[in-house]
Amino acid sequence: MGKRIIVDPITRIEGHLRIEVEVEKGKVVDAWCSGQMFRGIEMMLQGRDPRDAHHFVQRSCGVCTYVHALASVRAVEQACNIEIPENARIIRNLLHGSQFQHDHIVHFYHLHALDWVDIVSALSADPAKTAKLSENVSGRPQNSAYFSEIQTRLKTFVNSGQLGPFNNAYWGHSAYNLPAEANLMASAHYIEGLKLQAKAARMHAIFGGKNPHPQSLVVGGITSVRDLTPERIDEYTQIWKETKAFVDEVYLPDLLAIASFYKEWGAIGGNNDAYLAYGEFPQKKVDDDLLLPGGVVDASLAYAAVNTDKIAEDVTRAWYEKGEAKHPLSGETKPIAGEVFYNTDDKYSWIKAPRYAGKSAEVGPLARVLVAYAKGHDHVKKLVDHTLKTLDVGKGALFSTLGRTAARAIETVVISDAMEGWIETLKSNIASGNKKTYQPWTMPDKGQGGGLNDVPRGALGHWIDIKGGKIKNYQYVVPSTWNFGPRDSKKQKGPVEKSLVGTPVADPSKPIEVLRTVHSFDPCLACAVHVIDPHTNQTYEVKVI
Amino acid sequence: METNSSKKFYEVLESKGVSRRDFLKYCTALTATMGLSYSLVGQVAAKIEKAAAIRPPVVWLHFSECTGCSEAFLRTPDVGGIILETISVEYHETLMAAAGEQAEKSLHDAVEKYKGKFLCIVEGAVGTSYNGSYGKVSGKTFLEIAREVIPKAAATICVGSCSAYGGIAAAAPNPGGYKGVKDAIGIDTINLPGCPFNPLNLLGTILKYLDNEKIELDDYGRPLFAYGETVHDNCPRLEHYENDEFVEEFGSKEAELGYCLYKMGCKGPETYNNCPTAKFNDATSFPIQAGHPCIGCSEPGFWDEMTPFYEEM
Repeated sequence: MGKRIIVDPITRIEGHLRIEVEVEKGKVVDAWCSGQMFRGIEMMLQGRDPRDAHHFVQRSCGVCTYVHALASVRAVEQACNIEIPENARIIRNLLHGSQFQHDHIVHFYHLHALDWVDIVSALSADPAKTAKLSENVSGRPQNSAYFSEIQTRLKTFVNSGQLGPFNNAYWGHSAYNLPAEANLMASAHYIEGLKLQAKAARMHAIFGGKNPHPQSLVVGGITSVRDLTPERIDEYTQIWKETKAFVDEVYLPDLLAIASFYKEWGAIGGNNDAYLAYGEFPQKKVDDDLLLPGGVVDASLAYAAVNTDKIAEDVTRAWYEKGEAKHPLSGETKPIAGEVFYNTDDKYSWIKAPRYAGKSAEVGPLARVLVAYAKGHDHVKKLVDHTLKTLDVGKGALFSTLGRTAARAIETVVISDAMEGWIETLKSNIASGNKKTYQPWTMPDKGQGGGLNDVPRGALGHWIDIKGGKIKNYQYVVPSTWNFGPRDSKKQKGPVEKSLVGTPVADPSKPIEVLRTVHSFDPCLACAVHVIDPHTNQTYEVKVI
Repeated sequence: METNSSKKFYEVLESKGVSRRDFLKYCTALTATMGLSYSLVGQVAAKIEKAAAIRPPVVWLHFSECTGCSEAFLRTPDVGGIILETISVEYHETLMAAAGEQAEKSLHDAVEKYKGKFLCIVEGAVGTSYNGSYGKVSGKTFLEIAREVIPKAAATICVGSCSAYGGIAAAAPNPGGYKGVKDAIGIDTINLPGCPFNPLNLLGTILKYLDNEKIELDDYGRPLFAYGETVHDNCPRLEHYENDEFVEEFGSKEAELGYCLYKMGCKGPETYNNCPTAKFNDATSFPIQAGHPCIGCSEPGFWDEMTPFYEEM
């Protein structure tokens, strides 16, 4: 029996996550993931107006803002047989693209970087050498004066004695490998990123009214028709350009520079059997010609199309009443009506355990990049190969904590590039007098709809059943449910639990290595506490390309 | 006349990549939000300078939330860095480097060291059913944490509708028995509702608080400077309302002309907030400007009281 360590709260994530690991001889031998909060949004939706659903589900998460609203309007549109106009599809793509850009930058610099970057070490860096490093690795080299200013600022902050968010951290831990100069460079970009993300969020405000929780989607299209002016589109384009430049010149180079000092993490934090993506960014009709393809791959990169009949789930270890597996259209969410107790030998989480073909499946940037790579997606393949070559590691390194974090940067580049074409199409539509953004429709008495798509944290599906013009049932299957789910009835661990096994832990009182793998999945716990109850009787078709 | 300290302050700003122009532009927006006349911009800027020297400790608690209000806080334009350094964020689960035991230590240390002096900011609702069992941090329920920390704060600001009134977590049937902080533990709070709240309103509130200025509140605990008028009162489409010019279908000619959204279900007439004047994301837009009706997100119980959203009031 090894030593048990509990990390709760896991910080620098969305929501309330508790991780427990067992450490033996300096390595994790067992792990448990627990979601610690339940609200029950699906229960709230029953009996309400289907047109309102997207507002409710968007509040699943303010970090993954927008994405549930998008999935929801798509599900209702399928249930009501609505085909949205091309401009609405493009604007939804643009909002989604800017969500990826924003989300991934914030994740890398503000949620994940401090696992790898020692801010205290940056205080002793040589600004001139930092400028040299920047010249070697960055697409936007910065000079010695710049780094010297940043360093002075950090010193002033530290000397004030009020370390605020940087208090009680793991500074000086033996697992930090970066030289002082790389720490200073990354710290500078932490600060730059903070400023940039506020600007990037304005892309949502331009076509969505505000961020977080943009408010321009409606069932049938989008409402921000008055923002389709050359000036407004140009405003959007300028911010997109600046954000894309940061992704190309700062984010990806930083990722590669930092990763080059942590190559051992290319062999830690993998262990998953299957990687699942539904695909996203329709470039023709609503589910046609996806920029990032859907599919399932295994560790040998063998590709197969997604078959939703193979999805099943399990509630054995979660705080819900026992129930048979059901399709999401008839799925149920029944939290235990009473006090719940955390017990790793029995029930220990609010998250359920989805399975694909009987096994746990990882979703998210790594899954998307692997699926695209396996399908021979040119742009993805080029970037993956470039990353592997730069780091001088083999393909096996993709299946790891390092690979997962690299994949997030890679897809940000791919999506940022694709946005240009969408902007151009929108402009030419408007120039030709086509400003149609909404398809009028009437509410049917009944209908069923669902949609599979992919969002920053992974594969997402929403399902709705309408009866008498009201929501009879609503269920959604969320990325962090796939990744952070607990064990199932066969005692099989969830993806994060499996990924943690084998992680080295140098000092059990400071488990920074555990944080590295957990953060590489970009946890969103408020989202994760949702339910899927699928079974094999598909009553409608969901197209996955 | 520029004092030495203010000169130094601007030097610090420049070093943070914020130009004086940016800063003053920001202070201008803030001054308007605080309901002050343009002539007081200099004074507001001076308050921030003064605040920068003090850096009062802040403990930010996360209960049943979506983190959208933390995200809103991070969208404070141009000066995210200043905001982080104007106050000293002693505990904030989304931002802090420490985790687990070390994070717990940060919370405990801040609450003890600054007892009676720290500002507590709360995001998210408090579960009350089954002893608060539906939401925990570090094995303690939100209810326990609220009872332990909030009474020790100098003042508590609830950001967003969840901590103010229960928000989405409290929408019917509310399985977790979620409530706003005041209803859950009986302590008065300053409420900045919204889904999410507007970060300008938080900064305005903090500045007034640091200045020992009395913050006038309405019956729901909302500062009057930000929530004293309805969205409708200041709506740029008000003239269309008065002229009976309404949008009756999205995508229509009327929608393109920017007519009033009242018949599309706009809740602006019953919603107290400064969205039309403060706007969001560096004054980029707000929902009605984006052609969508107001959903009333800063009103107590709006998920039940204001729905269906698309039906005329």
